[in-house]
Amino acid sequence: MARRDFSVSALPGFGTIAVIAFVLLYAPIVTMVIYSFNDSESVALWGGFSTRWYAAAWENTQVQEATIRSLIIAVSAALIATTVATMAALGTTRRGKFKGQTIIYIMINQPLMVPEIVTAVALLIFFAAIKVATGIQGLGYLILAHSAFCVPFAYLPIRARLEGMDMTLETAAADLYASPWQTFRRITLPLLAPGIAAGAMLSFVISLDDVIITEFVKSAGQDTLPTYMLGQLRRAVTPEVNAISTALLVLTVLLLTAFFLLTRRRG
Amino acid sequence: MTENAAVEVQKASRVYGAGSSAVRALDEVSLTIRRGEFFTLLGPSGCGKTTLLRLIAGFETPTTGQILIDGKDVSQTPPNQRRVNTVFQSYALFPHLTVSQNIGFGLEMLGRPRAQIKDAVARMLALVKMEKMADRRPQMLSGGQQQRVALARALAPEPEVLLLDEPLSALDLKLRKEMQLELKRLQTETGITFVFVTHDQEEALTMSDRIGVMSAGNLLQVGAPREIYNRPVNRFVADFIGETNFLTATIRNGIPRLSNGEAVQAKGPARLDGKTVTLAVRPEQVRIDPEGPIHATIAQTVYFGTDTHCHLRLADGTELVARLQSPPSGDIGLKAGEKVRIGFVPGAVQMLEG
Ligand SMILES: Nc1ncnc2c1ncn2[C@@H]1O[C@H](COP(=O)(O)OP(=O)(O)O)[C@@H](O)[C@H]1O
Ligand SMILES: [Mg+2]
Repeated sequence: MARRDFSVSALPGFGTIAVIAFVLLYAPIVTMVIYSFNDSESVALWGGFSTRWYAAAWENTQVQEATIRSLIIAVSAALIATTVATMAALGTTRRGKFKGQTIIYIMINQPLMVPEIVTAVALLIFFAAIKVATGIQGLGYLILAHSAFCVPFAYLPIRARLEGMDMTLETAAADLYASPWQTFRRITLPLLAPGIAAGAMLSFVISLDDVIITEFVKSAGQDTLPTYMLGQLRRAVTPEVNAISTALLVLTVLLLTAFFLLTRRRG
Repeated sequence: MTENAAVEVQKASRVYGAGSSAVRALDEVSLTIRRGEFFTLLGPSGCGKTTLLRLIAGFETPTTGQILIDGKDVSQTPPNQRRVNTVFQSYALFPHLTVSQNIGFGLEMLGRPRAQIKDAVARMLALVKMEKMADRRPQMLSGGQQQRVALARALAPEPEVLLLDEPLSALDLKLRKEMQLELKRLQTETGITFVFVTHDQEEALTMSDRIGVMSAGNLLQVGAPREIYNRPVNRFVADFIGETNFLTATIRNGIPRLSNGEAVQAKGPARLDGKTVTLAVRPEQVRIDPEGPIHATIAQTVYFGTDTHCHLRLADGTELVARLQSPPSGDIGLKAGEKVRIGFVPGAVQMLEG
């Protein structure tokens, strides 16, 4: 006989609510994907199947430049954020409880809690001051800004991985004549790798997707793909934006799937 | 420094925490472990066995006192520079490395040439009979197999001393018996000094050359199994190792007497005259004897196959167990309530102060 445990899914109306939630979540996305293959100029009227908007976007030099810029920023930010997050995670888990630990957790996770617009304004003012003082221009500011807000996203999976790791393994390595550096290189790092990869992917996606902070920090001619799209929407809406969005969606879904696979498999 | 000593622990203490919450896990323990012996640290959970091993391995530094390995003070030497290896209770095999890579890890870190590592790994695999599993990951092995790999990994660098922290406690009874023999064989074959930790007195008695009995951070007695079993220094040791009957007696003219005046055949030093002492006697050393000096009443008899346990009550209410060999008929011929006289095998009674 089946066990009659309590389950939310057995509550009346649960199925209906779940279906509505899924529809609300996915109907717009499905529509966007379908209309990215629309042959018509209009974003609302169906004019037959075509991949011409993908071709148009592919050939658009502004899209090309924005894409390259987005990728440079996302890759750099992911690398920097992951490195910082790895060190932070090692520092906060590879030792006993210490004074101010909670404060440090809060500080590391700060970008998750402070409204993004506040961070954006703060960065704008801060970088403006630096630009005036040093005269240095360039993509560096965007990379730094993205790195900063990506750190907590990289930190979480890395810390989770470290906390699940048996510290006796490091003791065992030291027992077997490994120096602290060798222990890190040969034991800690390989076991941490899935967490680091997950952190990097999450950072990459978060950076790739950012609009608000980029919009505030970027100088003229430093559009990323999302800010370029936003700019386009202010003028004429063409199915080209649908095509770019769909391409971004595919990339994001692939990376996030990899992220979940990496974080699910433990040990 | 003592000639022939593999490890010397000199008045080592280890305190965890500070202030009122401080725990004295080890309290001025001094101990010499001889080269090539199978030494066992025996004691109940929480008595400081792991702490002592961690001090020898170098995972902890003593709060006070010294640790000498091979005559050299290593109290401040990090673990990777001590010629000591550990078999961890949880095995701690590296999950991302194969069995062979696990076994070769120590030699690799010591910077040995590849060919030498390969030879040593092959030898170790053969020693623990795991040749077929060389390329497996540890997760693919059973508990007993992981145990063997952990042993091989710790033995491969040929340490001066091998530390084993309750390595058999996670195995079921049958496998544990097998591994006890296996460990003893490995120790004899390699000639490496083993420091073995257990809370199982039978395991300690059957495997060790010498045993150190610990309680609450102190080392109570060190000696060969027979010595520990037959001449325990105090009540704790007598009670912890095997089963023991305790009697309270007062020494008069060098003879211990029970409260009703009955004499116990034991020698009592004259200096203890007038003092109250505890006498310990093993159940197998108690005899039902019509000529015996002590009166007792049978409370119960329990049949155990080869033995029959006879629960007795003395005049002063003390309970005592006699372990008697069962006769061929199986019936020992004693009934509850029956009055008997008992005596002890000469030399079997131990006088304890604690
Ligand atoms: N890292 C530690 N911090 C605080 N107390 C500890 C620590 N390690 C051990 N202890 C305490 O020291 C005592 C001895 O522990 P341990 O050496 O592990 O005992 P055993 O191995 O004999 O079971 C116990 O009371 C234990 O709670
Ligand atoms: Mg222990």
